[in-house]
Amino acid sequence: MIPLSWYLILSAALFCIGLFGVLSRKNAVAILIGIELMLNAVNVNLVAFWRYITPQAITGQAFAVLVFAVAAAEVAVGLALIISIYRRRNTVVADEIDMLKF
Amino acid sequence: MTGIQLVFIVVAVMTLGAALMAVLTSNMVHAALWLILALFGVAIIFVLLNAGFLAVVQVVIYIGAISIIMIFAIMLTRRLITDIGTQTSSSWPWAALIAVALFGGLAWMLSTWGGFNTTPQLLSPRSDQVVELGQALVSPNAFVIPFEVASVLLLAALIGAIFIAWDRK
Repeated sequence: MIPLSWYLILSAALFCIGLFGVLSRKNAVAILIGIELMLNAVNVNLVAFWRYITPQAITGQAFAVLVFAVAAAEVAVGLALIISIYRRRNTVVADEIDMLKF
Repeated sequence: MTGIQLVFIVVAVMTLGAALMAVLTSNMVHAALWLILALFGVAIIFVLLNAGFLAVVQVVIYIGAISIIMIFAIMLTRRLITDIGTQTSSSWPWAALIAVALFGGLAWMLSTWGGFNTTPQLLSPRSDQVVELGQALVSPNAFVIPFEVASVLLLAALIGAIFIAWDRK
């Protein structure tokens, strides 16, 4: 059988790759891609803990479903913001979107 | 090494490689396609964890909806993206340092945790997980409040996305 540690290491690596994407990318859509990877790492963790620690309670899967819903909402609003900014400012580079910077 | 461990290693390497390509490649459409491969790898991981319903939801929502909407957004904003050239900001070494340090810290913390090498308990053969999950999501004793809040959040996101992306002349 696969020990729990393999899943935890996999999800930690996936989370760190996503974090690297969020911190290093210029393009706002690429930052959203990194966030998706991080949310997926969280889901792997939730489901792995459900399977290995508390398989009698369905809590881990229920929270994974809620993470799916939040991820869908986040992508919808995020991409709408990016398209709106692109339309007004003609850029999707996160560094150039600094209207609020004083 | 058993067959299932081999499957896990192959899927994990595929997922992590695709995720790395998704954050490193400079062509945004290719990045979205690598993201789809990584999400598919996570769906296979869900199958290995006996969570078949979540694997289906992963394919339908993440690959079917989120990735496609991302490709749409990339294509709507594409003209400038190809002009930029490099896709990584100048501070990427710091980002890499933070990510590697976080991974090292997480791995160290997990290795000191007692339950690190737990093996899975047997699922009771009588229970149907999809029925259990469905009942838990609408049961007042379980997750009905988070479930309703999530649906309100989805409605708010729907209206908000339409309002934000509306082309007001």
